[in-house]
Amino acid sequence: MITLTVNGEKKSLDIDPDMPLLWVLRDILGLTGTKFGCGEGFCGSCSVLVDHESVRSCSTPISDVANKSITTIEGLSKINPKLQENWELLDVPQCGYCQPGQLITAAALLETNPHPTEQQIVDAMTGNICRCGTYHRIKEAIVKTVESK
Amino acid sequence: MSPIENISRRKFVRYLGFATGGLVMAYNLPGFILKANAAEPATGEFKPSLFIQLNSDGSLILVASRSEMGQNIRTSLSSVIADEMDADWKKVSIIQADGNPIYGDQNTDGSRSILLFFAPLREMGAAARVMLIKAASIKWGVPESECTAENHYVIHKKTNQKISFGDLAEAASRLHPPKNITLKTPKEYDFIGHSMPSVDLKDFVHGKAKFGVDIRVPGMKFAAVSRPPVTFGSVKSFDASKALKVQGVEDVFEIPRVKIPYGALGGVAVVASNTWAALKGKEALSVIWETGENGGYDTQKFMELMTQRVHDQAKVVKKEGDVEKAFSNADKIVESTFQLPHLSHAPMEVPNAVAWFKGDSCEIWAPLQSPQDARRDAAQYLGLDPEKVTVHVTFLGGAFGRKSNPDFVMEAVILSKKMNCPIQVFWDRTDDIQHDFYHTTSAQYLKAALDKSGNTTAWLHRLAFPSISSTFVPGTNYASGGELASGATNLPFEIPNLQVENAKADAYVRIGWLRSVCNIFEGYATNVFADELAAAAKKDPLEYRLGLIGKDRLIEAGEGFKLDTARLKKVLTTAAKNAGWGKSLPANHGMGLAVHYSFLTYVAAVTEVSVVNNHLTVHKIHLAVDCGQPVNHDTIKAQLQGAAIFGMSICYYGKITAKDGKIQQTNFDNYPVLRMDEVPEVTVDIIENHERPTGIGEPGVPVIAPSIVNAIYAATGKRYHNLPLTETGLV
Ligand code: FES
Ligand code: FES
Repeated sequence: MITLTVNGEKKSLDIDPDMPLLWVLRDILGLTGTKFGCGEGFCGSCSVLVDHESVRSCSTPISDVANKSITTIEGLSKINPKLQENWELLDVPQCGYCQPGQLITAAALLETNPHPTEQQIVDAMTGNICRCGTYHRIKEAIVKTVESK
Repeated sequence: MSPIENISRRKFVRYLGFATGGLVMAYNLPGFILKANAAEPATGEFKPSLFIQLNSDGSLILVASRSEMGQNIRTSLSSVIADEMDADWKKVSIIQADGNPIYGDQNTDGSRSILLFFAPLREMGAAARVMLIKAASIKWGVPESECTAENHYVIHKKTNQKISFGDLAEAASRLHPPKNITLKTPKEYDFIGHSMPSVDLKDFVHGKAKFGVDIRVPGMKFAAVSRPPVTFGSVKSFDASKALKVQGVEDVFEIPRVKIPYGALGGVAVVASNTWAALKGKEALSVIWETGENGGYDTQKFMELMTQRVHDQAKVVKKEGDVEKAFSNADKIVESTFQLPHLSHAPMEVPNAVAWFKGDSCEIWAPLQSPQDARRDAAQYLGLDPEKVTVHVTFLGGAFGRKSNPDFVMEAVILSKKMNCPIQVFWDRTDDIQHDFYHTTSAQYLKAALDKSGNTTAWLHRLAFPSISSTFVPGTNYASGGELASGATNLPFEIPNLQVENAKADAYVRIGWLRSVCNIFEGYATNVFADELAAAAKKDPLEYRLGLIGKDRLIEAGEGFKLDTARLKKVLTTAAKNAGWGKSLPANHGMGLAVHYSFLTYVAAVTEVSVVNNHLTVHKIHLAVDCGQPVNHDTIKAQLQGAAIFGMSICYYGKITAKDGKIQQTNFDNYPVLRMDEVPEVTVDIIENHERPTGIGEPGVPVIAPSIVNAIYAATGKRYHNLPLTETGLV
């Protein structure tokens, strides 16, 4: 039995301890906002917050996050609603698919560094692929969030 | 017969997903053939294909028959209708149409949704507005001419009365559409030509949007498939014992190849209670494969063969004047060869589909650009009447042409039939990259003659590339006319002697459409070669290029459309001006230009790069676009920024290789795409006019790579011809 908190709710799961967090979220808990992009840690689509740090859920066995607190895109508004508002304001998404991962990675950056420089933003976000190419607006939305603080 | 009809009382309205009631209108757009005059009035049978509903609560619903894959089409379509109707933007919502011929052509490809729908949507919106005004005027007993519509209300100023659209819906549903419609003038547009945010923003930003992979159906199982590593190979034998031991795996069996263009490739399927178990089960399989007809495919050797062929005479597909004579009289001859590899689409959402075969019917959910094709093929495979097959279109997590080829749906259908339950088939990234309908690979040879004053007097362009037609007619080994008219045969240059030749090229993998298709390599080679001619003539590349394009004229672009060279030159000079063409640049910096016409849209790029210690940095890309009447500024800008990044991925990294028939790339580590740290500043200048609106999803791509390569030449004096640039050590 593995216990963890997801978006503020306690969950106890009787599952294979090796199952990646991504598939636990998507297939067991029905939280499909977190996305598969590569399955091997290259793209950041699957990012979730584990105790305020961005983690690639595709490569994180569920046993690694036992007793931890997870925030997915579905719960992000409790942590950084401003970020999501600015995302909307700047009409960032195109297809939208990579955006949960982008938002989570950006939120994690702002948790540890509320006033990142532009270079620090780029460094933090470079692990996240957007095949539609929304990078300009992602950066703008983060800068805007930083400036509005 | 008027193309617009009030269908509020018609029975089939219930199939459209609308609640009953209100005003329902339809537009009869037969055939949806891409023609300069697509909105010709319909004749004969009324086959409506565009629908809206105004409910008594004021909600305005549009059925979107185009798929949403990031081009913001749901928003743009609704903004057009809302504008002409004088509707309140906040009251508009969208129903995504299932795959069904009643919507006409639903294939969301070729950058043509706005081109096809702009006029009909405007007319339908305007007709609805007139009917609402009429309903109000009857109610008030005042002349229609004294009433106006504004923000979801009809107003009678004289008597100071106003009534909401919702309150008029029922009355309007009893009226006939007007015979004559006056459309707004561009000055009166409230939404068209403005920036309308995506109607789906909130869902995207909160993780609520449902993509294909997010579909969950009660009792659904998850499947992964191990496919033959060589295209059209087959299973010789397999051992499932290890896979069956994986916790959660329920069944393992062979699935057949279905020999139709979008058929399943066949292989061994693993069905499980969750995705991870299915993927682990797939990994645990041991399969012995039969390589089949394509086992010898080696992309490097094939490139050598194609290159040989373009260095020889080939099939003449266009001939003006006499190139040979001009070559023998030339003062200078310039020749170049361009080699470009296969590309994979790699949309962030991998291929996937849910199918639920219920004995006498089947329900499908998938991210599809071509839902009707999926429906047709599923019905045929299951032996069902297509009416018994429902195909729901989800959001597409990127597509770029991949999701026009619904082989993944066929797999889900096969699996669901076999298992008798709903099944989601899931491709991992390696499945996606190794079993794509690839962008073709090409070799091109260009040769030109210059006279004493540096004018180009002859241009020969020879191309070899496997054709997309080979996917539909196996064995096809010459290109189609449309494929060659992507920069080669429709070259907009004023050169007296011009010849285009096509050399043979067989296909050994499935070839498909990838964002801007053949314009990628034809736009690339023609733009780089034209730059080489400027250099050979010792002329400024911009001035020389404008000279090549020549005087203002209209060139036949097929189906009655015309390429206007004045518009082509305008985007080029605009981008050059914005970039400060001709200004002095820092050491090691250079500027390059490219201009291309595709999908009826004109795009130019002027790009600034630097090369320091053999390392390339792209600093700025200035784009100018003429896509006719801009419908949504913000979307045009986003599409072009995205195209710049997509084009840079092609230029820097894009390369799929095959050895012994097997694709060698597996994931984003060896098939990289552009990331934020390499993104330059991208500016987009939209030329304002009121011409018919044209495509925007694809035309930004072709100019990117050549503008970079030309800029590298300006910075270093070194000319590159082949892509991607990773192979040069520059990136
Ligand atoms: S899916 Fe986890 S990093 Fe790509
Ligand atoms: S918005 Fe489509 S992949 Fe990022």
